Amino acid sequence: MSEQQNNAELLKITDLKTHFFTHKGVVPAVDGVTLEIPKRQIVGVVGESGCGKSVTAMSILQLISRPGRIVSGSIRLDGKELVGAGIDEIRELRGNKISVIFQEPMTSLNPVYTVGRQVSEAITTHQQVSKQEAKQRVIDIFKAVGIPEAEKRFKAYPHQLSGGLRQRVMIGMAMVCRPQLLIADEPTTALDVTIEAQILHLMKQLESDFGTSIMLITHNLGVVAEVCDYVYVMYAGKIMEQANIFDLFDHTGHPYTKGLLQSIPKPMAEKQRLYNIKGMVPNLLRLPKGCRFCPRCEFAMQECHEHEPELYDAGNQHLVRCFLYKNGGEPA
Amino acid sequence: MQEALNVADYVDEQKFFCPQEEDIEAELLDDDSIWSSLKGMLKKNKLAAVSLAIIIIVIFMAVFAPWVAPYDPNFQDVENLRFAAPSVQHWLGCDELGRDVFSRLIFGSRVSLVIGLVPTIIAMTIGTVMGLMAGFLGKRVDFVIMRFADIVLAFPSLLLAMVVMYTLGASLINIFIALSIVKWAGTARIVRAQTLSLKEKEFVEAARSVGVKKWTIMTRHILPNCIPNLIVLFSLNIPDSIMSESSLSFLGIGAVPPSTSWGLMVYRGKQYLFNYPWLALAPGVAILIVVLAFNFLGDGVRDALDPYLKD
Amino acid sequence: MAKYIIKRVLISIPVLIGVVFVIFFMLNVVPGDPVTLMMGEHIKPDLIEAFRERMGLDDPFIVQFFNYLKNALQGDFGMSYKLKREVSDLIFQAFPQTVKLTLSAAMVAWLIGIPSGIIAAVKQNTLIDRGFMTFSLMGVSMPVFWAGLLMQYVFAYKLGWLPVTGYKTWQSFIMPSIVLGWSSAGTIARLTRSNLLEIMKNDFIRTARAKGLRETTVVVGHALKNAMLPVVTMMAIQVSSLLGGAVMTESIFGIPGLGRVAVSAIGDRDMPLLQGTIIFTTMLIIAGNLIADLMYSVLDPRIRCE
Repeated sequence: MSEQQNNAELLKITDLKTHFFTHKGVVPAVDGVTLEIPKRQIVGVVGESGCGKSVTAMSILQLISRPGRIVSGSIRLDGKELVGAGIDEIRELRGNKISVIFQEPMTSLNPVYTVGRQVSEAITTHQQVSKQEAKQRVIDIFKAVGIPEAEKRFKAYPHQLSGGLRQRVMIGMAMVCRPQLLIADEPTTALDVTIEAQILHLMKQLESDFGTSIMLITHNLGVVAEVCDYVYVMYAGKIMEQANIFDLFDHTGHPYTKGLLQSIPKPMAEKQRLYNIKGMVPNLLRLPKGCRFCPRCEFAMQECHEHEPELYDAGNQHLVRCFLYKNGGEPA
Repeated sequence: MQEALNVADYVDEQKFFCPQEEDIEAELLDDDSIWSSLKGMLKKNKLAAVSLAIIIIVIFMAVFAPWVAPYDPNFQDVENLRFAAPSVQHWLGCDELGRDVFSRLIFGSRVSLVIGLVPTIIAMTIGTVMGLMAGFLGKRVDFVIMRFADIVLAFPSLLLAMVVMYTLGASLINIFIALSIVKWAGTARIVRAQTLSLKEKEFVEAARSVGVKKWTIMTRHILPNCIPNLIVLFSLNIPDSIMSESSLSFLGIGAVPPSTSWGLMVYRGKQYLFNYPWLALAPGVAILIVVLAFNFLGDGVRDALDPYLKD
Repeated sequence: MAKYIIKRVLISIPVLIGVVFVIFFMLNVVPGDPVTLMMGEHIKPDLIEAFRERMGLDDPFIVQFFNYLKNALQGDFGMSYKLKREVSDLIFQAFPQTVKLTLSAAMVAWLIGIPSGIIAAVKQNTLIDRGFMTFSLMGVSMPVFWAGLLMQYVFAYKLGWLPVTGYKTWQSFIMPSIVLGWSSAGTIARLTRSNLLEIMKNDFIRTARAKGLRETTVVVGHALKNAMLPVVTMMAIQVSSLLGGAVMTESIFGIPGLGRVAVSAIGDRDMPLLQGTIIFTTMLIIAGNLIADLMYSVLDPRIRCE
């Protein structure tokens, strides 16, 4: 969280473009995203569904399936370029240096194999270890991620476990090779609120125990507030705002981020209508000409309809893609 | 008005956060109509497009057979043309009675196409109604209908059709009946499964909760959602019916002379196989081409409608 | 698990009775007096009367049905009108030939169908995909009897490699098995392909890839086992369609199996024989489906562990 750690960046994504070539046209799901993940930090990527946050994350490991493709840009892990790297090189990273946990713990595990087998596969794929040793390490990681009766669970099939346990298995699978980066794609969306808190706590603990950086993808600003150090807000394939966690909540810049914050239900506020941002996420095939958010923006000006804003510096590593910040600092 | 707005808010939230972004393509397809995805498929899938062209040509030849066929299919010239080999005048030669094989093939396509269509339509109509009733009404209706379907599906369809033809006697109408009896159950099973899953969907629950009549829900809400499935079934059932008819005719319990069908032509040509192979092989090629075309088209249709078949 | 098996067996029983009923009903409403069919036209009326009584032909339909069912369950399917022999004897004489044909055809079908389906799925929408699928679909689209004639013409008559008909040597089963098996291969290939493609869309495939597995390991190790579960069921259903197709194949290649017995029974209007063979064949299929279902439940941990 402190300033000097920010310099040691682990992953740097520069001007990434991942497009989907559908029969109806090209969908620019990720349209020039620049993003950094420093070592030993939890970075949040926030946005509505379809804003390109998952596609950004999946681009890192090239887990984009047809008709999607990385069109241009650069993704560097510890200075090593991943875009254009061979599939074997990428596969070496997957599950080893960079792992992923997905949103759906219910369907992310293969129903016909035991969870123990599936997790040990992650070890044996990347390391030459005996079956026995792999099993021991799986049981150890199961204990570390808080799975009770780890020995017994090793032989369990996914359908025999609860959603929370399955997500712990997924986290165990992701952590078993001690990755440098953990990509968590909506890891708690499908879980109960109590389980969500446990899983978030676990992730925070893993970050401090293992020194793993975490890229946390979520639509839930509450989750972000709880665990993240730095946050990127995405909308329609672009970063709209980026700031450290305090600035994001205390000095919210972008009207879109404000909208997102206001749509969080506040239990204390009585009889207040829940706010929602008017309109819908734009169809990526028919993006508006100027700012992507302006059709839904309360503050839209003439300029917003004509030109696309850049990311303007609001100081303290706080960038906002909005003409209101054209002159830096406070809104004009 | 205020309450109404609150409901709208809720719905909006759902739209806001529910779908996953991996579904980008699927979502794009959603606002597409069935027809335009079929058209798109024909543009991309050349095999299916060629198949459709072949089917259209065959239908054209069947409808306009008297004008398309070079000879009268029943004109006999035993003295001069008995077993005449294929030539410029008689492209596919002549049969044991000196009739032009090509002309007979063209007229035979009428039987094959009618058999492809009529029993399929009858069987699928029965199957759809049964499946809807079983799935939607459930309980005893479901039990009775589905056990009945189980029984029909337990038979190899050809054997059951053989028994029906044995009972009713060989004729075109009886083939319709036999194939309808054999085929309704498959459709019923699929429509039932679809109905069961649709029944749980929010929009049906919503319709039920505001007291929409069962009949209206079945016809207005559930049936339209079964249509992609039915289109696929339809396109794959037609070739199946054509094959069944040709098999029955080949066994001598299908179409009866003088009306001719491709299966019957193979059956009659079989005895001259080694000396005059074209008699048995030519109609078989015709069956192969038409059935293959329907199968390719059906596969294409299924691929194109795939996104609609899920929920 | 045991509960599931028992339940599954119990469900088959009413289906079995229903099958017998449907066939019995249809064949016994056939116009034409069985007695005249069996004994010829010029028989004294009192003899006919005595015979009818002995055979129970004057009993109400439902009584006749239950008598038939009772006897059938004990392996007694009555007497053949034409051949004047026990139907069950004729069935058991023909049965081994059909089993030989069906099993070897099933082997051909699986050997063509499953690899074609896998390759086509992995190489989806390429020429290889289209090639393999066309090859398998050719089999489905060719009438079995015509493919048989074609092979006879080419391999037996023109090339002289194989016998035209017969059932005594293994060579004579080559053409029938290929013809019949190929006719089923397309269905299996289609199902394997579409299942595999469907499974490949699953989240756990993404997980497997995210683990760093090779694509072959993902397909063979993670997708195939899931994809094969429905194919196992399909195999049993295929046995049903193979038994149906065996009717045609046996007629063409002169194999004296169940199908040919049924076809000649139709020609001779030999009702008990037709009834017996069809009920017996269908019983085989019901048993096959039962076995497939049980296999499925053994293979799928989701059902096995319940």
